[in-house]
Amino acid sequence: MTGVAIVGAAECDLGSTGKSTLTLQTQAVTRALADAGLTLADVDGLATTGVSRFSTTQLAEYLGQQPRWVDSTFVGGSAAEMMVARATQAIDAGQASTVVISFASNQRSARSRSLGGIVEEHTPEAQFEAPYGPLYPLSYYAMAAQQYFHRYGGTREKLAEIAVAAREWALLNPAAFRYDAGPLTVDDVLAAPMVSSPLTVADCCLVTDGGGAVVLTTLDRARDLRHPPVRVLGYGERSTNTSMTAVEDLTVTGARESGREAFARAGITPADVDVLEVYDSFTITAALSIEALGFCGPGEVLDFIQDGRIRPGGELALDTSGGGLSYCHPGQYGVLLLVEAVRQLRGEAGARQVPDARVAVAHGTGGILSTHATVVLGVR
Amino acid sequence: MHVPPPDDVTAGWWDATREHRYTLQTCGSCGHVQHPPRALCTACSSMVDLGFVEASGHGVVDTFTVVHRSPVPGAAAPYTIARIRLTEGPFVLSTLEGQDWRIGDPVRVGWLDLDDGRALPVFHR
Repeated sequence: MTGVAIVGAAECDLGSTGKSTLTLQTQAVTRALADAGLTLADVDGLATTGVSRFSTTQLAEYLGQQPRWVDSTFVGGSAAEMMVARATQAIDAGQASTVVISFASNQRSARSRSLGGIVEEHTPEAQFEAPYGPLYPLSYYAMAAQQYFHRYGGTREKLAEIAVAAREWALLNPAAFRYDAGPLTVDDVLAAPMVSSPLTVADCCLVTDGGGAVVLTTLDRARDLRHPPVRVLGYGERSTNTSMTAVEDLTVTGARESGREAFARAGITPADVDVLEVYDSFTITAALSIEALGFCGPGEVLDFIQDGRIRPGGELALDTSGGGLSYCHPGQYGVLLLVEAVRQLRGEAGARQVPDARVAVAHGTGGILSTHATVVLGVR
Repeated sequence: MHVPPPDDVTAGWWDATREHRYTLQTCGSCGHVQHPPRALCTACSSMVDLGFVEASGHGVVDTFTVVHRSPVPGAAAPYTIARIRLTEGPFVLSTLEGQDWRIGDPVRVGWLDLDDGRALPVFHR
């Protein structure tokens, strides 16, 4: 338990916007503040990534701010979840009173994503891995899937359920990129062009513009604001690797430890979780996260997710916005996991609302199963 | 093919490839074998007893993927990328020559000569 709550949450424009990253960032920050009933004048802490080398400093200046506290923890898709932990500690310690965590990108409009990723010449990976031409990050996730299938007898058909269920959720979310696309079938996933076996295009997240922001403040202040406070109940994180050759077992991720710590801090178990928002950069990312977080046993996840369990109305409400697979994926998607978790806990999710959602988990994954951060949120 | 130049720590490893010798960084203090080469031993933190020792060049396929779209425009696809567990313990990344690979297949090192005299290890059956 902490003395901090999320009091505002919002998306910027999503999809194919034609707008700059800083315009989208500005939308995200100001909309999240408006959602909280606050303004930039109330903000004394700021956290973001993906703007520039000095990301948060850059954004702060752009917004005309000189914050008391900043954080630019650059760990890819788990950054926003790690920032919740850091912001919570800063607020609890009195170093900041109201913090905005944001992310936005225009990667679809700018065509800025490449299959091989960004390789920095001075890193060991540049000398010892990049020359072989792996897709980054896709090939690593593909190798994890291959190892999981081999170890536990899983199949592409069973894994495809992650993408099929994500589409079912997206069909209920008017903001989703695939809202009008109609259902996705297992056969669609299997028949899609293979990119890095065993993963096809349909196992991969979207490439869109988009982003969002959340506003955190003290629980005392939160009680005077317009929405019921969404409390930060727990958090945990692990950093495991940057290369493709450091981790012993690709079937078990750092989510096991990040989740264990977050759940212990919150005093909950997976059975208490009403809504689970995990980063689905690829179908296998979500599957490995569900398993490592303890929602099923080792080797069980591909059976666990069958029979509608993770679809709307199922036992485990997973990636209820439609996820990176069918809703929005601007890169570093972690902040949108938080936005959706907040909406579910406030009962604002419309057709996709999970009845009586009281505890939500947002779990971000960055890089090539490199960084893992879990946040537990709750109401009442 | 672009392979960045060696640095102070990796120069010894790349130098051996000029003679098609496959080496691994080994700690003289604790015997730990690691790859890629580093300025310290990740097992015992020694920074003084690290050297390059001739390795078997043998291993098994830990996992693999067939890449159907090359990140380099114009480069040929499909091709197979694998994580290989070397007999000495460390994992390395490599392309695999040939097709129809399976996890657990034994592999051994071969060499792709680079324009600057170094050679890139490429594993095969």
